Amino acid sequence: MSGMDYKELEQKAKEIRKKTIDSIGFLGVGHIGGAMSIVELLTILYYEKMNINPKDPKMKDRDKLVLSKGHAGPALYSTLAMKGYFPEEWLHTLNKGGTNLPSHCDMNRTPGIDMTTGSLGQGLSSAIGLALANRLDKSDRNIFAIIGDGESQEGQNWEAAMAASHFRLNKLIAFTDNNKMQIDGYTTDIMPIDDLESKWSAFGWNTFRINGHDFAALDKAIDDARLSTDKPTMIILDTIKGKGCTFAEGVITNHNMPFTYEAAQEAIKALG
Amino acid sequence: MSDKDMREVYTETLMELAEANENICVMEADLMRATGTSPFKEKFPHRTFNVGVAESNMVGVASGLSAGGKIPFAATFGCFAARRTFDQFFISANYAQQNVKLVGTDPGISAAFNGGTHMPFEDTGLMRCIPNLVIFEPSDTVSLKKLIRQAAEHKGCTYMRLQRKGKNALYRETDEIVLGKGNVLKEGDDVTIIASGYIMVPEALEAAGILEKEGISSTVIDMHTIKPLDKNLILKYAEKTGALVVCENHQKACGLFAAVSEMLAEEMPSPVEVVAIEDQFGQVGTQNFLQKEYGLTAENIVKKTKRVLERKNG
Repeated sequence: MSGMDYKELEQKAKEIRKKTIDSIGFLGVGHIGGAMSIVELLTILYYEKMNINPKDPKMKDRDKLVLSKGHAGPALYSTLAMKGYFPEEWLHTLNKGGTNLPSHCDMNRTPGIDMTTGSLGQGLSSAIGLALANRLDKSDRNIFAIIGDGESQEGQNWEAAMAASHFRLNKLIAFTDNNKMQIDGYTTDIMPIDDLESKWSAFGWNTFRINGHDFAALDKAIDDARLSTDKPTMIILDTIKGKGCTFAEGVITNHNMPFTYEAAQEAIKALG
Repeated sequence: MSDKDMREVYTETLMELAEANENICVMEADLMRATGTSPFKEKFPHRTFNVGVAESNMVGVASGLSAGGKIPFAATFGCFAARRTFDQFFISANYAQQNVKLVGTDPGISAAFNGGTHMPFEDTGLMRCIPNLVIFEPSDTVSLKKLIRQAAEHKGCTYMRLQRKGKNALYRETDEIVLGKGNVLKEGDDVTIIASGYIMVPEALEAAGILEKEGISSTVIDMHTIKPLDKNLILKYAEKTGALVVCENHQKACGLFAAVSEMLAEEMPSPVEVVAIEDQFGQVGTQNFLQKEYGLTAENIVKKTKRVLERKNG
């Protein structure tokens, strides 16, 4: 760790959660569940791990993130706003006509978004392309990618899994947000994808499995992943869908749910 | 005739481009032997990526390469380029405003011995529905070379229908061929024959010769760029001749005929006939057999020309 201690990161994560609940609540409906489950990851990436410059979002030779589960955009938008990529007032324009903050991530609309995503299963392939481009440019920056556990049911991920290890993309660090829920229910009921560790290992990846809400574990896993010399890394994050949002945490319908601005404010208050 | 096959020209041109521009990359999905890009790989091994039998991933990786500033030319059979990777090409490449050059080889009946499963009659149609995409289909080795160079310079995605085999040279090296502009190959007054691609442009020229002997004077246009459509050129000749025949190695729905007809319906309603594949699947056979089977012949163009002239004069 370079700058912040874990307590400070926890404080940042709390603020990201609050802003995300607020922005979705201001609209009245949105992907609250999968946004909440990746907050700690986004916090540590943007506050500690990524070499970025909010004043120059397209800075050459920066680290990049592909949020393949693009519906979690609102959590990333809160993070980017707090980092200063754009004014925090933008968060209240989420999903409104003409906004720069659409439901799913759009690199051509939002400063700080490195890749357009939204059609599940495609982001890991894009991340491979970015990593190959970096290699051609002799850059040793990292490409980070976040996929969902439900998203892992898309076959293209496994085409990408083969390719990343074949191309020995050691600078590619991917995360699976293993929150165990998808739109229609629990992944174990809809289409089980366990054991993810064995699957990624079998495809030739370094694989770690950690608590995705634990900063110390995230810190160590990302640093370990950076030591890889010849393999891409998949860090499977055990997370809770809706984590930290009182009315959504663990609720099976929280993938994309309506809630009032009042409910949002109560949940924000409960976060302390 | 050229001394080189279409695919040799494809690879050579990419190698020339890659020499001058270090961002040019080649992608394959286990069809390098078919596309003929091995010489590119030998010369630029680090800029050649073969993802195996995984076309969706190929287009996704190409999109990421583009997001990283590269210019990937990704090739596979047209059936896979259009049908299997459609969402990846639509979202990760086009919607994301990338610079991916997708190449669909063996268009239409040129898939010949690979048969119906490999015979894209609908790729142009699918691709036409992608906003801002540039779609082109070279008719010979000369136009292939010139159009690839312009596609590489174009900032945005392109889709090229590439007949791999054959050495047609309809143009001279000095001819001007511009992406987005049709080429008038022959001037005539009675009817305008608009054709695209390696098979149909020569058939259109042959038909024009037959018609000439029967006293029918035709204009023949090589409409190598299907999108954006050269509206002004078509309107000019629609006005001049008052009757058109559109010829394409593609099904009737959604392709060049549809593009021309949609535009004319809005701008200058005119009688238009079509030489294309009807609402049918592909099948196995020689290219010659398939041309006759689906009516992609000079004889059929002559027949449709006479029909459109009856409508014009009737």
